[in-house]
Amino acid sequence: MTVAENKPLTREVYRMVLKGDVSAFTAPGQFLNLKLEGRFLRRPISLCDLGEDSAAIIYKVVGQGTAQMAAMQPGEKLDVLTGLGNGYDLADAGEAPLLIGGGVGVPPMYLLAKRLRAQGKAVHALLGFNKASEIFYEEEFRALGCTVTIATADGSYGVRGFVTDALPKSYSYYYCCGPEPMLRAVYKTAKGSGQLSFEKRMGCGFGACMGCSCKTITGYKRICKEGPVLRKEEIAWED
Amino acid sequence: MGRLSVDLCGITLDNPVIPASGTFGYGYEFAGLYDINCLGTFSFKGTTRHPRFGNPTPRIAEAPAGMLNSVGLQNPGVEKVISEELPKLKKCFRKPVMANVSGFSVEDYAYTCALLDKEEQVGWLEVNVSCPNVHGGGMSFGTDPKAAAQVVRAVKAVTKKPVILKLTPNVTDIVSVALACQEAGADGLSLINTLLGMRLDLRTRKPILANTMGGLSGPAVFPVALRMVYQVAGAVSIPVVGMGGVSSAADVIEMMLAGAAAVEVGAANLTDPFACKKIIDDLPAEMDKYGIERLSDIIGGGHAWEKT
Repeated sequence: MTVAENKPLTREVYRMVLKGDVSAFTAPGQFLNLKLEGRFLRRPISLCDLGEDSAAIIYKVVGQGTAQMAAMQPGEKLDVLTGLGNGYDLADAGEAPLLIGGGVGVPPMYLLAKRLRAQGKAVHALLGFNKASEIFYEEEFRALGCTVTIATADGSYGVRGFVTDALPKSYSYYYCCGPEPMLRAVYKTAKGSGQLSFEKRMGCGFGACMGCSCKTITGYKRICKEGPVLRKEEIAWED
Repeated sequence: MGRLSVDLCGITLDNPVIPASGTFGYGYEFAGLYDINCLGTFSFKGTTRHPRFGNPTPRIAEAPAGMLNSVGLQNPGVEKVISEELPKLKKCFRKPVMANVSGFSVEDYAYTCALLDKEEQVGWLEVNVSCPNVHGGGMSFGTDPKAAAQVVRAVKAVTKKPVILKLTPNVTDIVSVALACQEAGADGLSLINTLLGMRLDLRTRKPILANTMGGLSGPAVFPVALRMVYQVAGAVSIPVVGMGGVSSAADVIEMMLAGAAAVEVGAANLTDPFACKKIIDDLPAEMDKYGIERLSDIIGGGHAWEKT
């Protein structure tokens, strides 16, 4: 694929648009896996938005690989595996789904919101960040016609606290993506049923190496293949 | 017999390229991407007597030109492999397959191999005495020539299929283990399994791998693997399957010159699911570059200079 855009949204968070064949993607919540020059393992990044021949991803610079990505220029070519993972199942959404995203768990919620809005659902996006300067995509969710609630851990914007401090009273179903402590908190606190997306260190990203296995109520699953999205009912926390 | 074909313990391979155990599942994940019948064969996921989840995660860490894994032999156990995985494998692969077996006691190895011996599609038993990621078994058999020989004798007693011992590089003298296996009746050897390694997370000051240590593979280990294949092939008379960091047709040729009768490809499959197919497709042109007519002619060719 070819880098079409690569711009910072905040100090550490970037949005990259890749042009190429995206026909392998079937659902929001899936991911792609990037090969970077000089890095042995690919970098799995969740899909944020999908065009006819383009995919947008949002990533945070946390290590050498993502720093390398941030320096990439439009026109550069990338070896990308697309359409990986199961993605969210929209069939359970009900009429007023709640989408909970934390930090770089926010991006997959965008394509999900877009798809659910296209089905005419009343989508409530609850987005959590550490502080005001790290917020991104608030306007983009509003532009889709979502109700948007922002929570910041330091209280510098929106509701002070975590996403679990800002859960709305009523919603039909929830979808969640974020760091594991957030997933655990949402799992415990949020009422009703939902789907949660997990992150793990992966080897291959397509089900071959068993590097990202986890135990669930319904057996062993590979986060890259039978995940990253698990239903609340099947999650078995390891401790 | 084509230009690429080789013999491995009496079974002809269309080409010497074999995806290594643990990097190719039971084949069908890859069969969705390309026709895996283009492979020489493949070595399926390490199978044990009882089902295993394996080690806690993280099980994967990156390394310069390679990776560490501490998967720890996750597999559904031999009974389920036979009842569920092999029927699926049969639908997408029509050639003899290499069954990779691991164990925690001599009895475990014999039990699992005896069951797999009855499976028609199993061409070879690759007996892994070299897994660095499990305790009380695996590598402890491969670091002691006497223990390795015990495993060979126990397995040979329950099967007529060729038995290939997969050796660990985490030893002082791999040739002594190789010779002990040959003497005990092994039909072939494969090497190297991964090199024990470790990474620390600078932020947490803790190991990245939940199991603390893991096995290093990828191009980083290729020269070590080549050296050991060269040493072992120079000392034994049974076929040696070379592996460790192989990621190109040129690497395959180099391994065969060192003495490998066939070549396994591991970590490369994980970064490029098409790696083995590409290597096979590239082999004829790469052979032409060096004036190689048939691959089987060059096995051990890298030892000829010693006699001059």
